Amino acid sequence: MTKLFTPLLIVTAALFAYAPFAIQNAPYESTMGLVQKIFYFHVPAWIAMFLAAMVCGIAGAIVIFAGRKDADRVAQAAAELAVVFGLMGLITGPLWGRKAWGVWWQWDARLTSALVMWLVFVAYLLLRKYGGAGSEKLSAVLALFGMANVPFVYWSVNVWRTVHPKTSVVMTLEPSMGIPFLLCSLAFVGLFAVLLAARVRLETVRGSVDELYLSLED
Amino acid sequence: MSPERRPSFVATVWLVTRKDLLIEFRSREVVYTTLFFAVACVLVFAFGFVREGIAVDDAAAGILWIAIAFSGTLALGRTFERERQNDTLRALMLAPVDRPALYVGKLVGVLLLLAAVEVIVTPLVALMFVAPLFAHPLLMGLLLATGTIGFAAVGTLFAAMLVRARSRDVLLPILLYPITIPVIIAGVRGTAALLQPQADLPIARMWLSMLVFFDIVFITLALWTFEPAMTE
Amino acid sequence: MRRLLSLSFAFIFVALPAFALQQPPSPPEGFVPASSVPGQEQLPAAPLVIIAYAVVWLLVLGYLWSIWSRLTQAERELADVSRRLATGQRR
Repeated sequence: MTKLFTPLLIVTAALFAYAPFAIQNAPYESTMGLVQKIFYFHVPAWIAMFLAAMVCGIAGAIVIFAGRKDADRVAQAAAELAVVFGLMGLITGPLWGRKAWGVWWQWDARLTSALVMWLVFVAYLLLRKYGGAGSEKLSAVLALFGMANVPFVYWSVNVWRTVHPKTSVVMTLEPSMGIPFLLCSLAFVGLFAVLLAARVRLETVRGSVDELYLSLED
Repeated sequence: MSPERRPSFVATVWLVTRKDLLIEFRSREVVYTTLFFAVACVLVFAFGFVREGIAVDDAAAGILWIAIAFSGTLALGRTFERERQNDTLRALMLAPVDRPALYVGKLVGVLLLLAAVEVIVTPLVALMFVAPLFAHPLLMGLLLATGTIGFAAVGTLFAAMLVRARSRDVLLPILLYPITIPVIIAGVRGTAALLQPQADLPIARMWLSMLVFFDIVFITLALWTFEPAMTE
Repeated sequence: MRRLLSLSFAFIFVALPAFALQQPPSPPEGFVPASSVPGQEQLPAAPLVIIAYAVVWLLVLGYLWSIWSRLTQAERELADVSRRLATGQRR
């Protein structure tokens, strides 16, 4: 697992280095112009956030049903990443929306549900920080419930009227836009994996420190 | 209690619910305070959303569900605080009964409490906001029931797990509200659809079916995770 | 009881996509690439785009720095405790 880290880091860095050129060379969108180019980072950031949410939920399920400590470290790392990537999406989205829709925020289903998902993981972090000992299992339950909520949240997009581009827009992208988008998505997924590995390492080291303190007191 | 005479699932649920109801009946503390809080909530929102004697559109639906959510959180906190003070939750967990039955027993108790609150608050909202909440009583009742079940199902699990945590009072709403937002949305939009001059029944039914789905998924999840999550 | 729960859970996960797909799909609004855009349309958008990308980079680098500083602190603590354990000191 650790052998993959350096190659992954290099590939991700390369993708991010190339991304500005790919994005600049992509054609302008006919109705939205330059501001649509935020899309190349905005959507991959949300993809990474949902990936982090899924990882956190699955790790949480492992914590609850198999009681494994290493799963708890992964869950904590993934929750933090979900908050970071979600923050990227929540800031780039309104910046795009201000130009494209004329308003900073629209209470449509996609935005609202993304915000709600982000809040679930902020709540996770608050629980871990202030809940005291024994919050591992409760936070795992929270992550699992948060992950189970995703279909409900995604489904409401099809039910509510919305000005947000529908999910299907990604499938119909022309190659001139599709390739930069794919590159950026891969870059963000790679970034997620790299950051996850680093964050889990931090938790592992902290765990070792705690164990050593315990044995010091013996 | 010998293994052969282990009470059935339903019997356990009834035992737990009956215990909670008996305790509550003696002092009636939680039901009175929650009820008063719900009414106060409705009043505060009334001052916020009524302009020149007329409520903002859909205000009645929103206020009703917010009052349910807030008073539900309070009721959950109070119910489990009682368990914490006497460490009875641990005693319950040690009993040779089906653990999920304990969860359902507590859930039924909370639901009965919230039902009592809603019976008072719904007519009150209808009155104060001149809202035809009883034009379609069956659909309205089902929306309230499924919404309350969804909210309470998640809330009972979280409140039980928080019993021994630090900062549990503020953590319960922090954990509960993001997860139950779909319930609130569905409840409010469904109720609002019923409050239209021409009540939009298909939309209300659609939100009702989403609530039913939500309830099934999350009660199942809660039953599944209650025992492993509550035991070390 | 567990089997019943497992079965109901499995059913829900199978039924969910069926439920979600019930809504009739509306025609997708796609992105249409343009060959050129008039100059004045670009200007107001530029600061927004720059800020957006700057924010992403800042968050990435900021988070990386946060992990790195917490990691070095934790590793320093690890070395410290290991040393004390090795020399048999007691608190």
